Amino acid sequence: MTLLPAQPTPKKLGLVIDLDVCVGCHACVVSCKEWNTGGYGSALSDQDPYGADVSGAWLNRVHTFEVIPEGGEIVGEAGEARIVHFPKSCLHCEDAPCVTVCPTGASYKRAEDGIVLVDENMCIGCGLCAWACPYGAREMDLAAGVMKKCTLCIDRIYNETIEEVDRVPSCVRTCPANARHYGDLADPTSAVSILVAERGGMDLMPEQGTLPVNKYLPPRPRKPLADSAHSLPLAENTDGAKGFFGWLDGVLERI
Amino acid sequence: MHPAFSIVIFTTLSGLGYGLAAVLGLGLLDPAATATKIAHLLALALIATGLLSSTLHLGNPQRAWRALSQWRSSWLSREGVMALITFVPLAWSAWASLFDGRYLALPGLVGTLLCAVTVYCTAMIYASLRSVQAWHTPLTPLCYLMFSAAGGLVLASFFGFAGAGSTVLAPALAATFTAAAWIAKLFWRHRMRTLRPISTPETATGLGRIGRVRLFERPHINENYLTSEMGFKIARKHAAKLSAIAFLLGGAVPVLLLLVLPLAGVGAGPSASLIALLAACCHAAGVLMERWLFFAEARHSVTNYYGG
Ligand code: SF4
Ligand code: SF4
Repeated sequence: MTLLPAQPTPKKLGLVIDLDVCVGCHACVVSCKEWNTGGYGSALSDQDPYGADVSGAWLNRVHTFEVIPEGGEIVGEAGEARIVHFPKSCLHCEDAPCVTVCPTGASYKRAEDGIVLVDENMCIGCGLCAWACPYGAREMDLAAGVMKKCTLCIDRIYNETIEEVDRVPSCVRTCPANARHYGDLADPTSAVSILVAERGGMDLMPEQGTLPVNKYLPPRPRKPLADSAHSLPLAENTDGAKGFFGWLDGVLERI
Repeated sequence: MHPAFSIVIFTTLSGLGYGLAAVLGLGLLDPAATATKIAHLLALALIATGLLSSTLHLGNPQRAWRALSQWRSSWLSREGVMALITFVPLAWSAWASLFDGRYLALPGLVGTLLCAVTVYCTAMIYASLRSVQAWHTPLTPLCYLMFSAAGGLVLASFFGFAGAGSTVLAPALAATFTAAAWIAKLFWRHRMRTLRPISTPETATGLGRIGRVRLFERPHINENYLTSEMGFKIARKHAAKLSAIAFLLGGAVPVLLLLVLPLAGVGAGPSASLIALLAACCHAAGVLMERWLFFAEARHSVTNYYGG
């Protein structure tokens, strides 16, 4: 059914992505593809997989942006411009336009936990939901002719046959930098809600009125690299030396 | 947006078909004339071809019937339902003209109304998408409705000159509606050209409070579904040229031809119908180009993640 469930849903399961920490390694992208090509629904097909013109359906992609502060300079590594790696997948929006446009009822938002899913047996592959999503979070599987999207690894998070530590989305489990967090954003005491409150978690394209559940933590402020260029190299810094080295440092200083 | 051939053909042909059917429903043409009978068949054929072509781009067309189920939330579903319902009065009217040579007001007027509702639903599929700002305006359904009415009247004029009567009213209305449709389109286009995008790379990434955001690296080197479906771009100068040609072909030429005929006092006849047919063909070609541009020029908000 493509009418949205009553809002807000009792649980709002989703991701919190830390843009300060993400190193842009694409590990989540690959682990997502690997888990989901053998999991929920049809396999995630690739077209011309070993050829020059390879393409395929992915549910999570990492973009990289350069951000230049007002009046900032781009001077190689020393300027004020900074690089931000930016993973993007379905945000499981509360007011999901992709769901209401679906003519068949294949797209739906679960009333219990807010996860947005596609029932691939009902999908006619019209692609309208992908047009309606402002974020580009849905991709057509060209081999199966059905719409694919992030399922929040619904076949992991409720899966009692795997170890408890693994009952999180594949991308979250994989991230080597711990930039991805999973939890219930409807519960203000959950670890993810606390993170969002402390770090000023934000919505993407709030002007589209989709009310995304997933939140992004902004990069922490940083000083330009140039400002640190003249301080002592770490290996020559003896501040805080203790014991024998502290004594030696003191003696040599006095000679 | 990618101007998929099947969708461009669908919206153009079904728009023309519903327009013609709506005009026939008003009883402007002589129901007993052969030309009117052919007009009824042509309207049904245009609608059916359009609908069939729209299923061509589906990944799983064998399940298309499922698209009738979600009319409570989905404009695409509403359009499918309305298209089917509209066939009933249209077929009834066509039957009455074909076999009894009669015009029936009840199915006729109901059919006209339902044609308008169906075209409105088609337009709302696009107008309801906030992610494509150029489409997200009441001007979109207005243009669809006006072009459909204009196309129907232009075709009806041709059938009028070909023996179905109404060689003054139909062409006069056709010229008026065609002119009005293009005026609405000019407003639509002006709005699109002067839009301030509501979504930008800054809002899309949330990084606007740090500074200006520029794409540094795409997630992948090749095209993907998103970039080919939503990232389609047409060079501005080509768009301007095409839109001028569409305006001339679909607007100026048919309006002139259809005004000249009644003003010169030309009645029904082969040369008049040939000229009216030329007007109809030009109109259809112009609207086809207009539809192509409707998709090709529209920018989707996902392009904010792909550097333009
Ligand atoms: S991110 Fe896109 S696909 Fe996911 S719920 Fe929101 S609108 Fe739908
Ligand atoms: S592609 Fe499938 S899920 Fe998406 S709108 Fe069409 S039928 Fe619904």
